[in-house]
Amino acid sequence: MGKEIIRIEIDDIQIDTEQGTTILEAAFKAGIEIPSLCYLKEINEIGACRVCVVEIEGVKALQASCVYPITHSIRVFTNTERVRKARKRVVELLLSEHNRECTTCIRNLNCELQNVADNLGIRDIRVTGERKSYDLQTENPFIARDYNKCISCRRCQAICSTIQEVNIYAPLNRGMDTLIAPAFMRDLGDTNCITCGQCVIACPTASIAAKEDIQDVWAALEDEDKYVVVQTAPSIQVTLGEMFGMETGTIVTGKLAAALRHMGFKKVFPTDLSADLTIMEEAHELIERLKGNGKLPLLSSCCPAWVKFAEHFYPQLLEHLSSCKSPHEMFGALIKTYYAKKEGIDPKKIVSVAVMPCTAKKYEASRPEMGCEGYRDIDYVVTTRELGRMIRQAGIHFRNLQDELYDMPFGVSSGAGAIFGATGGVIEAAVRSAYAILNQRNSEMGLIDFEELRGQRGVKEAKVNLGDKTIKVAIAHGTGNARIILDRILQGDHYDYVEIMGCPGGCVGGGGQPILGRRDYKRISLDYRHNRADSLYKIDMHSQLRQSHNNPDVKRLYAEFLGKPLGEKSKKLLHTTYTPRGSYF
Amino acid sequence: MQVKQQKSIKEIDEVIKKYHETGGLIRILQKTQEIYGYLSEETQIYIAKKLNMPMSEVNGVVTFYSLFSTKPKGKYTIGVCLGTACYVKGANEIMKKLKQTLEIDEGETSADKMFTLIATRCIGACGLAPVITIGDDVHGRLNVEDVPKILEKYQNSPEKNYNTPNNHIK
Repeated sequence: MGKEIIRIEIDDIQIDTEQGTTILEAAFKAGIEIPSLCYLKEINEIGACRVCVVEIEGVKALQASCVYPITHSIRVFTNTERVRKARKRVVELLLSEHNRECTTCIRNLNCELQNVADNLGIRDIRVTGERKSYDLQTENPFIARDYNKCISCRRCQAICSTIQEVNIYAPLNRGMDTLIAPAFMRDLGDTNCITCGQCVIACPTASIAAKEDIQDVWAALEDEDKYVVVQTAPSIQVTLGEMFGMETGTIVTGKLAAALRHMGFKKVFPTDLSADLTIMEEAHELIERLKGNGKLPLLSSCCPAWVKFAEHFYPQLLEHLSSCKSPHEMFGALIKTYYAKKEGIDPKKIVSVAVMPCTAKKYEASRPEMGCEGYRDIDYVVTTRELGRMIRQAGIHFRNLQDELYDMPFGVSSGAGAIFGATGGVIEAAVRSAYAILNQRNSEMGLIDFEELRGQRGVKEAKVNLGDKTIKVAIAHGTGNARIILDRILQGDHYDYVEIMGCPGGCVGGGGQPILGRRDYKRISLDYRHNRADSLYKIDMHSQLRQSHNNPDVKRLYAEFLGKPLGEKSKKLLHTTYTPRGSYF
Repeated sequence: MQVKQQKSIKEIDEVIKKYHETGGLIRILQKTQEIYGYLSEETQIYIAKKLNMPMSEVNGVVTFYSLFSTKPKGKYTIGVCLGTACYVKGANEIMKKLKQTLEIDEGETSADKMFTLIATRCIGACGLAPVITIGDDVHGRLNVEDVPKILEKYQNSPEKNYNTPNNHIK
């Protein structure tokens, strides 16, 4: 049954809206943008910042439109002198105690506070607030915290608690001293933070920002003694364009390769290739476990935020986790062994850079077990945002670049590798190959699109036919959704194979992806993620090669070097172990 | 010390058992503070674990209420009322004298761990202004000269531990 439709008037425009809709949402649909700072649709609707105030006929006080549900016919005014004055005063007060070093700020030109201040035309801050001076917290490899730029909007807290259910943040202290912070104001590296970086994306300012490795990468590129190799995660090709004002989901694979080559990387490889490799290993792992060797369900392990989540909150399920390293770490291990030998390069000279949609991969690369033969698998992880900044620093006109291809011998990747970047992609890719491996023939399976495994529903379940066997699979993205499936497993529900991605939407929604905070295309919820994911499925659909096991580069890799999936070399280079970490610190 | 620690953990467990059902985090924190005198990080982590609550939430509640202390307190907490009535009657001078005598600042604890000095808002005893509270006791109509005498009384008293902050209003 539909909800009652109510006719209201906003700025003299008649609007029909469902009962219970907030004024802010109704206005947005009618093309009126009410400014806001603390509002995140369906995630943080708390009316804290008071920037979204409006006038309602017959109501004395101004009302926060983000928390004012429409219950009857009302007349709303969003652009009166009184409203403008109030909003201005609110933002002035925020600015009066804000660290306003905009020009050197990591969110310069992409900051919601800056936008709102400019939209309101604030040219003079009439009050002087007390400036707090907190030390920067940078004692971890992934996220830096600057409390001097916090506006206490609580968006970080909301996304960490309601979407991720990790609950790192809470308001500490009270009144003017309030800070949205981890318990005891600890550095995130000293908490049970899963490093997903959703708080980085949620933050309207630069109070929470991913750490940058840009300078180190430039230094390596400059060093003639180094051989700098780069790989790009599947999702980068559908999100990097946003850094240059392109539509959400624009496919820029060729420009991405071209830009990296211009910047001086010796070789440019797609992580999609090692996603294919991951599928070979993981599909065989699944088959082994289905035969009774190892625990079911098999839980995917290519998301380091999810892995850390499991280590903290579900240590009893660690045996279920696939032992596969994440694709970029697998690639890193191969570059300094197989590739170095093949090309006759001293592995000591190789600097391996990974462009990832992810803050957790910065953390993962720092894990002590992610290395082999005395080398780190990956030396530097840069996010999509960092790569965008580097391209700007290099003065490259990204939009005008001619498309180029990835380098051999790892330049070929399948559509199955590409869809790793979207929720459900890993299972879909694995199922395509598992079917073929089990039935020892190439099947139609790879050509079938598993619609039920796709899309943005938080928890997806399906039965998949693998020939003789039918297996039950489940998919969750966002660790809050993961808890639902994990708790079902603990209760005894049977699954064979479960894919979990730490971020909502999978890697396309990763904590290292472009932040859409710019005025021209600000997004205030999670609903841009499907555009990015759709583009990955488009790449897959138009791909000649749609099954990981048919990738000729992967076949050659096994023939020349690795032997067979789950073989001795694979185990040594491509697999890892996990550590229970305790759910409190 | 070890034995005492174990004993008090047992006490905390009992407190948690008693108030857990009703979701009484504040109650549990209050009672725990009565046992330990303050709420250390370890204590907060212990309680969060026992209640299966996020660490940040527990720490948020502890830091929100001025009733809770995260640092060890002296045997007695001295609250100097700085409400309007006390203020005009010279509470500031009393505060100054206390700081001088105890050689500490507001919010600090004396070296002998006897006194913690805090400023309070109006405690509703304006007729007795200027007023200070020491533990459960109220001392009113004070002169600066009274301060050392009063402190001496407590320093020499073998009385029970009064360290339950803000419980002077019964």
